[in-house]
Amino acid sequence: MTDLSNRKPETGAFFSRDRLWHPPGLTPGYKTSVLRSPQKALLSLDGTVSEITGPVFGHSILGELDNDLIHNFAKSGESAIGERIIVHGRVLDERARPVAGALLEFWQANAGGRYRHKKESYLAPLDPNFGGCGRTITDADGYYAFRTIKPGPYPWPNGVNDWRPAHIHFSVFGHGFAQRLITQMYFEGDPMIWKCPIVQTIPDKAAIEQLVAALDWGNTIPMDARAYKFDIVLRGRRSTLFENRMEGN
Amino acid sequence: MVQPLGYLKESASQTAGPYVHIGLTPNFSGIDGVYESDLGAIMVTDKTLGRRITITGRVLDGTGTPLKDALLEIWQADAAGLYNSPSELRGSADPNFSGWGRSATDGVTGEYRFETIKPGRVPFKDGRLMAPHISVWIVARGINLGLNTRLYFGDEEAANAEDPVLARIEHRVRVPTLVAMADGDTYRFDIHLQGDKETVFFDI
Repeated sequence: MTDLSNRKPETGAFFSRDRLWHPPGLTPGYKTSVLRSPQKALLSLDGTVSEITGPVFGHSILGELDNDLIHNFAKSGESAIGERIIVHGRVLDERARPVAGALLEFWQANAGGRYRHKKESYLAPLDPNFGGCGRTITDADGYYAFRTIKPGPYPWPNGVNDWRPAHIHFSVFGHGFAQRLITQMYFEGDPMIWKCPIVQTIPDKAAIEQLVAALDWGNTIPMDARAYKFDIVLRGRRSTLFENRMEGN
Repeated sequence: MVQPLGYLKESASQTAGPYVHIGLTPNFSGIDGVYESDLGAIMVTDKTLGRRITITGRVLDGTGTPLKDALLEIWQADAAGLYNSPSELRGSADPNFSGWGRSATDGVTGEYRFETIKPGRVPFKDGRLMAPHISVWIVARGINLGLNTRLYFGDEEAANAEDPVLARIEHRVRVPTLVAMADGDTYRFDIHLQGDKETVFFDI
C-alpha cells in the first residue's frame, strides 16, 4: 500500500513523551543512576524547528557486512562462535506508521557474555571473531534485519550478585532529533529478565514486555539460524493540518 | 464505547550502559575494521560555510566527578540558520554540513569535543528568532533516558536576552547553565547532572 502522506514533508511536532512509561531518572536499584539523574524538573518545550528536524543517513554509509555481526569482525573464512540468530522487525511510530530510513545501531556481548572493551573485567573469554557492533537502515516499510549470535548473560557490579539477561542494545534515529532513542532488546522465555535491576527501572510490565523479542519460527531458516522479531516504536508526530505556524516558519 | 485511537506506545528507553562506545563509536573504543570511520566524528570539511568553532566540556555527576563513559550528540542549523533535514521547509541548507555530530567523552579526562561551525538563528514557533543554539543529547551508564539540553553562546548576549526559550526559565539563576563560555573560537560547555549548577534539561 502506498502511503501518500509519507511523501509530504513532516513538520508536525512530536507527541509528548509519556514519562511514566519510560524509566524515571532516579532508580536506586540501579545504583549508578543515583548520582547521574537530574533532580530538578525538566523544562517542557513543544517542538520548535530545532527538535522536529533531524539528520538523514543514506544507505551509502553502509558496508556489506554492517548487518552481519557473525562475520563483520571475523577473519576471512571464519565466523563468530554462538547460537546463530536473525533479528528483524519494523520501526514504527506511535501512529503505527512505518519509519523509513531509520538508522539502527546495535551492540552486544559475545556468546559467553563478554564485551570487547578495555574496561570489561568479566573472566569469560573474548571471541577473536566477534566485535559486537552492527548497523542498518530501515527500508520504505520500516523493515530491518541483521544476523548475529545470541549474546550471553553476564554478571555486573551493582548488587553483590546481579546478572544481566541476554540483551542487545539498540540506538535508533527517527526523522526528528526529539525521536532519538536508546533501548535494549531481550529474548522470549528468559527468566533472568525479571531479576534485572536495569529492566526493573521500567515501571510498567507492559512496557517491559514490549522490549522482549518473540521467537519467530516462521522466519527461522532451517539448518542455519533462528529468527527473533523485534519491533521498535518511536514517538508519533502530530498532523500539521491545524498547527498554528506563523509566516517564515 | 468509543472508537479506539489505535496508537502504539513508544518503546521504553533503557540505559546506553558502560559499553555504548562499542556500538556508536567503535573505532574510538578500539574496534577497528568494522566501519571505516565513526559516524559524526567529522562535521566540517573545507567546503562548509561558516565560522569554525570548537565546543568542549565535560559531563559531571552529583559529586562533580566527570563521566568517562558518556556519549554526546549535537544537532544544529548551518551558518544561515537552516537545518539539513527534509522537515526543513524554509530553504536548502549548506550541502557540505549535515549539522549532526557525535563525541565520546575521553576515558581519562572526561572531555568531549566537537569541531563545528557557529549556527545561524532559527525561528521559534511564533516566528520570533531564537538565539543561536545547538541541541545536545547525552547518554551514559546510569542515565535511563537520554537527556536533552541546549547550548547557547556566551558572546551572544543580545540574542540570548530575547530568546523565547531562555525566557521561559523561571529561575533566572539557572539560565547560565545553558550558556557556553567563549574563549576565542572555543566554547566551553560543562553539563552538570545534579547539584546547585544542575543544567536545565528539556522535555522536548
